[in-house]
Amino acid sequence: MSRLIEEKEGFPAVLMGNEAIARGALEAGIDVAAGYPGTPSSEIVENLARVAKERNLYVEWSTNEKISLEVAAAASFSHLRAICAMKQNGVNVASDFLLHLAGSGTRGGLVLVACDDPGALSSVNEGESRHFARLVEVPLLEPADFQEAKDMTKWAFELSEELKTLVMIRSVTRMSHASGNVKYGRLPEKASHASFKFDGPFLDSQTGPVISFPVDYKHKIIHEKLKKAREIFDGSPFNTYEGPQKPELLIITSSVCTLYTREAIHLLGAEKRVGVLKLGTTWPLPPKLVKKHLSLTDKILIVEEVVPFLEETVKILAAEEAREIGIKTFYGKNDGTLPMTGELNPDLVISALSKILDIPYQAMAPEFEKKLEAVTASLSPNRELTFCPGCPHRASFWSIHTALQMDNRKGFVCGDIGCYGMGMFPCGFNVIKILHAMGSGLGLASGFGKLNIFGMDQPVLAVCGDSTFYHAVLPPLVNAIHHRANVTLIVLDNSGTAMTGFQPHPGLPVNAMGEEVPGVDIAGVCQAMGAKVEIGDPFDQTATRKSINRLMEEEGVKVLILRQSCALSPEKKNKKKFEMRVEPSKCLGDECSCNRLCTRIFRCPGLVWDKEQKKSRIDEVLCAGCGFCALICPADAIGREEAVNQ
Amino acid sequence: MKKDSNRKDPLNIILAGVGGQGNVMASRVLANMLSLKGFWITIGETFGMSQRGGSVMSHIRVSGTSTWSPQIPKGKGDILVALEPIEAVRVMRIYGNPEIRVLVNTRPIHPVGVIAGDLNYPALENIEKGLNALTPHVWMLDATEEAMKLGNPILSNIIMIGALCGLNLLPVGFAEFTAVIKNFFPEKHLDINRQAFEIGKERVTN
Repeated sequence: MSRLIEEKEGFPAVLMGNEAIARGALEAGIDVAAGYPGTPSSEIVENLARVAKERNLYVEWSTNEKISLEVAAAASFSHLRAICAMKQNGVNVASDFLLHLAGSGTRGGLVLVACDDPGALSSVNEGESRHFARLVEVPLLEPADFQEAKDMTKWAFELSEELKTLVMIRSVTRMSHASGNVKYGRLPEKASHASFKFDGPFLDSQTGPVISFPVDYKHKIIHEKLKKAREIFDGSPFNTYEGPQKPELLIITSSVCTLYTREAIHLLGAEKRVGVLKLGTTWPLPPKLVKKHLSLTDKILIVEEVVPFLEETVKILAAEEAREIGIKTFYGKNDGTLPMTGELNPDLVISALSKILDIPYQAMAPEFEKKLEAVTASLSPNRELTFCPGCPHRASFWSIHTALQMDNRKGFVCGDIGCYGMGMFPCGFNVIKILHAMGSGLGLASGFGKLNIFGMDQPVLAVCGDSTFYHAVLPPLVNAIHHRANVTLIVLDNSGTAMTGFQPHPGLPVNAMGEEVPGVDIAGVCQAMGAKVEIGDPFDQTATRKSINRLMEEEGVKVLILRQSCALSPEKKNKKKFEMRVEPSKCLGDECSCNRLCTRIFRCPGLVWDKEQKKSRIDEVLCAGCGFCALICPADAIGREEAVNQ
Repeated sequence: MKKDSNRKDPLNIILAGVGGQGNVMASRVLANMLSLKGFWITIGETFGMSQRGGSVMSHIRVSGTSTWSPQIPKGKGDILVALEPIEAVRVMRIYGNPEIRVLVNTRPIHPVGVIAGDLNYPALENIEKGLNALTPHVWMLDATEEAMKLGNPILSNIIMIGALCGLNLLPVGFAEFTAVIKNFFPEKHLDINRQAFEIGKERVTN
């Protein structure tokens, strides 16, 4: 049984931020959870799916984030409590519905958890979701530790029902993926009944139709809700102050930055000089509370990730109140006290504080630092990212790379979001030359595929994963077919949402709760739309390469589905298909005209260049036994034998 | 939660390795062992890219009073457990100090740059010499070799936890280990994990 429901009330468990959020939702008695996987948000829905039966929940991995918010909203409109979770980029996808939802209002408590990734630790940008709260005008909460992540999530449902609006919780990687102590509260008894009422008065969103029309009327209601939110936030226990009554410097902060701030003050011994106003409710600002603290100091530092969101809202309030509270000096991102990009950490806050308060600080004794540099400079070669040993993407990109070289018309690949985005790096032989949002690979390819009338004669390829195919590739596929674009789409089908931990997607016969559901067949969908479809095995090098070369010659939209499950998938992990061996008598090493093709170009971590022997060898710990490298060695020196698995 | 005036608070432990070595699992096992003793635990993890050959690092803060930042400040590591030798060096470069305790699994995992011949992997004796020049408290152990004798290289992470407990740097041991692993591993794997722990402990105490 999941520890999220087996532990007793009051038991201090060590929970991941995402688990704490999930537990908070359970303590709020939710009925429905939906989301689309994306780091660092995935564990919220994943953990709720695990307890769906015991807690009588409906949990789904939706096809994309917009749909997941719509699914959660349907529950709210039927007077149930529902949570929806996604990474920041997902909020962009959901944002069209989000704006309408703010206008229509909600019924049962509805909470959207957006997990941002400052520093882009597992993203291709460091976008901000906090702007959406201000843009669509819904309340925004930011937990600052693990206990708060749970407690605040539970409270968010009460707030949502009090205000009849969606409430947004914003987490970040260092909160969602960090862990800490959480004391459990009570899990409520549930006796939910869903029913959608629609025959009340037209303007009553609780009993009549749920719409954002008439716009002016509904928009005014949003602002009444925000006024009430400000009043509630002014008295919220999630906004706290610690420090002297009249601090020399006031720090206003939120989220995990609170922990960085506390640590910085502690290491500088500045407890008597600095006050910390920690805001758990960051939009709209609690006006009276912030005004009171601004009035007690002259200098204010704002500590937040990534863009100066809090900084701007606090400055607006300070400008509005300047007549009463006086003119303040602000430090933060805008004046360069803290960096405008990347994630923060205790050291960056220390350096900001040390400058403002003129307290010298050295993280390391200078002589030690000097010695450290001298001793370690050559001892930690960089570890670039690569595909796992046995990854079918390496094989697919090898064939795409070879096909493009043989075709020799400067063809290129439009990439998409997933592990295979690393096709832009040497591990994917740099074949991806364009990478943007989910689904943008084929959308861009569809555009490139029409530029032949202006003389562009380069073959255009796009790659996408199986989960991405359903998420956002279907509309550009329709577009490309309808407009007769010349495009080859290669679907890298590894049977799951691999990058985020094998969550099921619509192509699989199972859902998030482990129930049997109809899988939607990618090949069938593409054929029905009118594309030419071929299916291949990426580990069959020759056939794959030949297919790609042939399809590139043809006009219109061609789809090649390369099927091979992820090397880390439960059915493959720790099971070698082949035992691999480099035959030393056959490997010519440096003497071979291949110029170390296997280790220098193919670069699978399972193959090692043995400097002493001057030959390649297999690393038996890392090799996953996919067998592909045996096909690329021109000297036939890499042998493979069917492995015997216990 | 308890406070001990003799113990540094917070105590900062770093577990480092390469994606696929079970770094995250090991850090959670260790953190839960410490949590059993009533400490406040904060774990910071970087694992978004963990399966893709990158460096993986977990920061564990152990405190008698409160939650701490999930990122340890520069130069403030107290204990470093490295599942791979150059990862020990990488961590030392940011979090090292003359008092840090360092426990290293000697089995290298070559970065692709090394496989490709663009970069050099340093000789193990140079790594050991380098670490010893920075702190007198260094232990080297071929945990992967021991794990392979047990039948699975992944057990090297548990061997390292056993070794760490054998060094008596933390107020936890076999009892806490056996108490928490039932929440992490299926019943049939408990025995092999207990064996791995004991082997690690023996290797550093002999």
